[in-house]
Amino acid sequence: MISESFGSALDAVREINRKYNKPHIKMTRAVQLSLGLLRFYLLFLVGLLVWKFFSELHK
Amino acid sequence: MNLLSRLYYRHKKFWKTFRLFLMIAGPGIIVMVADNDAGGITTYSVTGAQYSFHLIWFLVLLGPVAYFVQEMTVRLGAVTKRGHAEAIFHSFGAFWGWFSLLDLVLVDWLTMITEFIGMTAALSIFGVPPVITVIGACLIMGAMVLQGKYWTWEKIALVFCVLNLIYIPAAFMIHPPIDKIIHGSFIPHLPPGGFTNGLFFLIMANIGTTIAPWMIFFQQSAVVDKGMQEKDMFWGKIDTAAGAFLTVVVAAFCVILTATLIPGLPINDAATAAHLFMGINKYVGTLLAIGLFDAGLLGAICISLASSWAFGEVFGWAHSLNQNVKQAPWFYAYYFFTLIFAGTVVLIPGAPLVLITLFVQVIAVTLLPAALVFLIILLNDEETMGKYKNNWFQNFANISIVALIIVVSTLYGISAVFQNILK
Repeated sequence: MISESFGSALDAVREINRKYNKPHIKMTRAVQLSLGLLRFYLLFLVGLLVWKFFSELHK
Repeated sequence: MNLLSRLYYRHKKFWKTFRLFLMIAGPGIIVMVADNDAGGITTYSVTGAQYSFHLIWFLVLLGPVAYFVQEMTVRLGAVTKRGHAEAIFHSFGAFWGWFSLLDLVLVDWLTMITEFIGMTAALSIFGVPPVITVIGACLIMGAMVLQGKYWTWEKIALVFCVLNLIYIPAAFMIHPPIDKIIHGSFIPHLPPGGFTNGLFFLIMANIGTTIAPWMIFFQQSAVVDKGMQEKDMFWGKIDTAAGAFLTVVVAAFCVILTATLIPGLPINDAATAAHLFMGINKYVGTLLAIGLFDAGLLGAICISLASSWAFGEVFGWAHSLNQNVKQAPWFYAYYFFTLIFAGTVVLIPGAPLVLITLFVQVIAVTLLPAALVFLIILLNDEETMGKYKNNWFQNFANISIVALIIVVSTLYGISAVFQNILK
């Protein structure tokens, strides 16, 4: 039963991924630049948190 | 006679307009007043105790900031008929969609825990055990959604919003120096001692509490669930403006309370302030404790719904408060799961509640900029918004505000993790 419900949840996720496979917004330069900057910002933040995590571990 | 008939006509017209506003009002007022949640009240209490009336002008400036951001969700929801989570999936694809949804779930869970911390701390002043507070809050929130009507839920939530105004009579009961407040609090200035790291941190905290990620998701979904149309947009904006006004008023009176009664005392949270008030004026202490409980409850009501709506939109579950449990089982299951999960964590002995509170600030920083950037992009997309897309003034105001919020919330999040950075 657990594997069945887990499987159906995975199916639902796959269906969502298929449904929203492609972005519908018009990818202008401004949009691409904004999304690129957002990616960079998030990578920076995650990097900072990972660095903090490991520096705490080594204390 | 002519004058009388004109007066009668105007009177009728006013009441008709007012009734129309009452019908459409709701999401804006609720989200804005709920913005003064347990964390918000704590921030205002600390602001008043540490900097007296000197930062009230800054809180007044935050009203328009909150309005401009939330007004975009009204337009986006009314035009697209999609909640924010669904809009992100649809417009930006699955990667950004999952990022936003999972981040929202995490932020909401953690924030819900802080709301329960606020509620249990507030009622502990009256000797109510935390377990009773948690069960009581869950029962209230459960009963609100199970009655099966969005309209009824909204009106009950509005009653809790009115209760949030309790800080106003409480402030008048302690006879604050009104002259000093009127003449010295509304002109921008720095508090005595100048621009210190402590002041900077508190300014960041006040901005951080004004715009939270769940607010964007909540209001857009509420606008959709309410069935707001493009023609209702004007009233939706008035509703949001009224909410922004109320949130500033409550914040200012909260500051006035602590600035008048416990100036200079090093408090860390609103519950401590309420405890101190009980020793000075037990009626005011009681009102502050009730207000803190109400703030936590309002926050929890909105936050739990924000993520339930988001999940329902993306997974395609029935997700309206107008549907009953049989019609929307997964929506309600998720709602109750969030409630019970957050409530239970607070009751675990030795749970790292301080760490959780800290984590909220950090995780929110990863979601807020993304949600705001998506909002601006969507509001500029002609295909999505048509004639309701941002005009140059809205873009100027919104992009400036969003840039400011991103910079400040990032600094706030980083300073929460690296606590020595501002010392």
